[in-house]
This record gives sequence, structure tokens and C-alpha cells, in this order.
Amino acid sequence: MTENLRIAFAGIWSHKLRSFLTMLGVIIGIASIIAIVSTIKGTNEQIMKNLIGAGNNNVTVRLKQGSDDYWMDQGIPQGVMPVSQEMKEQIRDLDDVKEASFYMERSYVDDIRCGSQSLSQGRLAGVDMQYLSTCGYVVYKGRPFAESDFKTFRKAALLDETAARALFPDGNALGKIIEIKGEPFTVAGLYRRAEAFKPVINNLQDYMTYYTQDYGTVLIPDADWPILYGFDEPQICAARAVSTDAMSDVGRQVEEIMSSCVYNNEEISYKADDLVEKAKNRQDLSSSTNSMLIWIASIALLVGGIGVMNIMLVSVTERTSEIGLKKALGARRKTILIQFLTESAVLTSIGGVIGVAAGIALAMVISRLTGAPAAVSVPAIILSVAFSMVIGIVFGLLPSVKAANLSPIDALRRE
Amino acid sequence: MILECKDICKSYMQGKMELPVLKNICFQMEEGEYTAVMGPSGSGKSTLMNIIGCLDLPTSGTLLLDGEDVSRCRDDQLADLRLKKIGFIFQSFQLLPYQSARENVALPLVYAGVPRRERLQRAGQVLESVGLGDRMDFLPGQLSGGQKQRVAIARAMINHPRILLADEPTGALDSRSGAQVMDLFDQLSRQGVSILMITHDPGVAARAGRIVYIRDGILSDNDEGEEAEAEGGGGYEEA
Repeated sequence: MTENLRIAFAGIWSHKLRSFLTMLGVIIGIASIIAIVSTIKGTNEQIMKNLIGAGNNNVTVRLKQGSDDYWMDQGIPQGVMPVSQEMKEQIRDLDDVKEASFYMERSYVDDIRCGSQSLSQGRLAGVDMQYLSTCGYVVYKGRPFAESDFKTFRKAALLDETAARALFPDGNALGKIIEIKGEPFTVAGLYRRAEAFKPVINNLQDYMTYYTQDYGTVLIPDADWPILYGFDEPQICAARAVSTDAMSDVGRQVEEIMSSCVYNNEEISYKADDLVEKAKNRQDLSSSTNSMLIWIASIALLVGGIGVMNIMLVSVTERTSEIGLKKALGARRKTILIQFLTESAVLTSIGGVIGVAAGIALAMVISRLTGAPAAVSVPAIILSVAFSMVIGIVFGLLPSVKAANLSPIDALRRE
Repeated sequence: MILECKDICKSYMQGKMELPVLKNICFQMEEGEYTAVMGPSGSGKSTLMNIIGCLDLPTSGTLLLDGEDVSRCRDDQLADLRLKKIGFIFQSFQLLPYQSARENVALPLVYAGVPRRERLQRAGQVLESVGLGDRMDFLPGQLSGGQKQRVAIARAMINHPRILLADEPTGALDSRSGAQVMDLFDQLSRQGVSILMITHDPGVAARAGRIVYIRDGILSDNDEGEEAEAEGGGGYEEA
């Protein structure tokens, strides 16, 4: 085999220009495919990141009416029981769940104030001890909620940066009192995302999809919730999956467990905000147009393959006397066949490697020019080189068989 | 007995006509014999050479090479016989232009599965023995005709063949190079190598221990058409 490779490289090297021109079809085909695949992959990763956030595989399961969130201000819906302790344990014990938090929430709350300052349209959540870590938040000033806050119904609050800015423009929030629906709460701490993350927005469509106006959030212990709202309110579950791939599964499992709290109500159900599903839908949209491009690029590859076959046939004719000599010296039919197949496969594989390099460069250039993200896909690279080798073998077969079947006498006679 | 032809016939089909080229050839060669086959063009000497060289099969008859009946062998078996028992020397040298003299000589060892290092070492030794020790890494294009033919002889000898078949080995050489090549054949013959040489040059044939003649596909020990042959080129004197 090494001898065949040596002969193949020597043959290709001795006809440098011709070999390069032969490879060109394969190079162009592979380069276009790699460029397209890199762009698809880059776009997909961007979509995934934008929707899911960096490294935080959270699934939220909440009550929905149809496809919209249930509006809690209408009161607790009929036939929906609170989530029991047992269910919470069951959810936390799921294989793919790392952590789970249960909380109650209101959006567009207007009566959160501090003196003359107020938080307009803010979000208020009554959370448990696991909330911050499950949802990827950290307290950067003050302290997080403690066990005792829940036990003693201590009226403590955590503010995010937007809420802190709105309520305390002078910047000194810690230990101050804020009023929520007229009840005084002490600011125990300020929190924010553990990892800063903002979706990358390339166009208007991205903006509509990913951008959410942040009006500020105030967290209080869930034990205090009945002071502001009613008792036994159904909770929202935030579950952190072990991986992004497990998110859809976790969503379904949590939905199933929580659905047992809903009796005789056809309109209301617990549903997961399946971000992975959303991302997939958007990815499919971009992939389907691009897969058409891959088919077109494949035609270039096919034409390249035919070019290789053509040149190999010429090469067999040119080297008829060489083949005859080798046969006279004792080369078997199989030896000649393998020699020519190797040469053709090496030729297209080199083309494949050059094509991959050109494709990556092309993807980078496209990315620079249009702003579309590009990401190099290792499996695509391996597959491309392997595929170009297969092209060499397939299209080299006819010329190689022709060479192997040459009669040594006829071959020697031709010079 | 190194070679025995029994009633070998070979005919080709030309359209629907059967064209006999060799007619009942009976011929024997002892081990170490140096034989020249003479005959005009179209007499069938190349066809005979192809059959003895296991490049082609006879239409009928039996060919025993080194005691083995090769007349009914299959393609790959013929290839193995060529590899192990026969050394070829062609009029036009048949060297691969993009490989060095040493690599050309080592080529048969590739098919014998000899590792590269050993191949090149052995090729070097054989090249030394034909007086080309200083030309080993030259490409064929950088060698003279006589040197090329000596490379070809080295290639034919590298696998220690049982018989050396030479087809007009001096046909493409000037008289001085031709004489050098013929000296090499003499030397090999003295070493006990069996040589069968095709030529239409009486001077070259005269160097062989035995001359057989072929005319219109019939082989004989004496030439009936000597006058016609005498027109051929002059002989080579020892260099």
C-alpha cells in the first residue's frame, strides 16, 4: 500500500498542473459544501445561544391557557391544585434534572415603590431557596435569602440591577425599605446573572425574536406570597437540565408530573416553554434553504468526479506501455487495478483537503462580508475528505479496470 | 531442461479467417544455453517470444518452463511465472521515465513483496555488476542508450530468473553500445544464465552458442532463406 501511495504521489507530482486542474472540480465542490455547512452551523449555534442563553439549560413549565401564559390576576383557575411537596421531590429526582425551583410570579406589577420612586411594569416573584442557583443568578451585594427568611416570614427582597436603578437612583439600596402593594420589605441583596449574556442580533427578525424589554425584577421569599396575593397559588417550575439535548425531555417529564395537579379543566394545562424546540424550528427554516445549496454544490462535485474519470482514462492510455511493462515484470491484474485506484483516490483526497481549507476560508470571508456567523464543523470536514476519496474510487474504477484488463502484449506494442 | 516446446501452434482470427502464425513449433533448451532465434519480420519470432515469456498462451501444444506446464495457466499464475522465472529485455528498454535507474531495477521486487530498503540495496548491487554503480540515481532521460539497456538487463536479472528473454536487445543501439551490451550477455552466459535472444542481425546471433531460424511460423535448426537474411546489418565485434 505504501508503495502504491508512493507511486500515486510520484505520478501526481510529475503532472503538477494537470493534477491540479483535475482536482479543481473536487476542490470547488467540497469548498462550496464546507462553506455552506459552516454557515449553517454558525447560524444554528447563534440561534441556540440566543434562545437558550449561554450554558444555562433551563426549562420553564407554567400554566398555559391555549398557547398563552395563564394570567394569574384572573385568580387561581378552576380545578388546579398547588404543586405538592411530593411532586417537587419527584421532579428533582428526575435523571436529567440537575436542579429545580418552584415559584410564583406576576408581571407588569405597578405598586412597587420606594418613596417617590416606583418600579413601573416590574416583575415580582415569590421564590424558593433554589431559585437563584437554578436560574443562574448570583447575589453580588448583600446576602441571598436564608432558611430563616422563609421560616419567620421575614419580609426581605432581592432586586436585580434594573429594579435597583429604578428604585434607588442614588445607588444605595441595601438595607432600605421598599413597599410592595403597601407592605414594607427590606432590601437584603442585589442579584444579577452569573454569566453576562445578551443575544446577538443581526437583523430585524432576530430583534423581534430575542429582544425582551427588561422592566426590573423583585424577588421575595415564597413564604411571603400569601401576604400579597392568595394562598395555595399554583407554582411555576424552573428545571435545569443536565444538557441542552436533555431540555426537551425534561420539559415533557415535568409537564407530565405537574399535569396531575389539573382536574377537569380542558383549557388550562402545564406546558414547557420549549426553547430547544423553538430553536430547532428556526434552525430548520434556515437549514432547508441551505440544504438546497448543498445539492447544487454536489453537482459541482459530480462534475469534478467526471473530470477525474476523464483524466484517469487519458492517463491509462498514456501509460499503456508502462502498464504492459509492469505486467511483463510480474504485476498481477489486481496490483494494476489497485495502483490506479490509489492514484485516483489520492488525487481526489488531496482535492478534498484543499477544498476543505478553501471552504473554511470562504466561510470566513462570507461571515466578514455579510455578518452571518460561521462555525467549522469537524464531522463535515472528515466526511468531505472521506467523500472526495470515495469519488476518486468510484470515478477511478472504470479507468482502473481498463488498465488492469490491458493485455501485456498489446500494451507493450504501443509506445 | 529449462524450456521445452511441444507442437506449439498459435493462430489469430482475422475477421472470420484463421491466420496461423506459429506452426507446430518443437524446441528444447538446456539449462545455461545461449540461443539466438533469427528470422525476418513477420516470421512469428515475437509471437514465439511472447508465448515462451508467458505473456500469451498457445492455441495448441504444450510449453514446459522449468519442468512446469504453463500452456494452460490462468492470468495471475502467468504473472507469477513472469515474476519468478523470466527476465525480459526489450528493444526499446521500457524504463519508467520518472523513476531513477535504481528504482527501475528494483521494480520487479515490488511485486515480489520485498521491503523497500532491501529492494534498493539489491538494485544497487546489480547495477554495480553491470558497471553503472555511478549512475544509480540518474533518471533514464539522463542515460545513454547503452546505459539504459544495461539498466534494463540489471532489472531483468534482479529476481534471479531461470531464463532471460531478449527481444532485439541491440536494435536501438549504436554499434559501440551494442557491443558493450553483447559483452554483458556473454558474461551472463558464462555465469550459467540461460538466454534466449531474438534478433535479425546475424552478427549478434553469431555470439550465441546456438542459432535457430524461424520462417513463416516454422522453426528449424538451419536457415533455408540465408541469402535474404544476409542483407541484415553488420555484426558487432567484441568491444
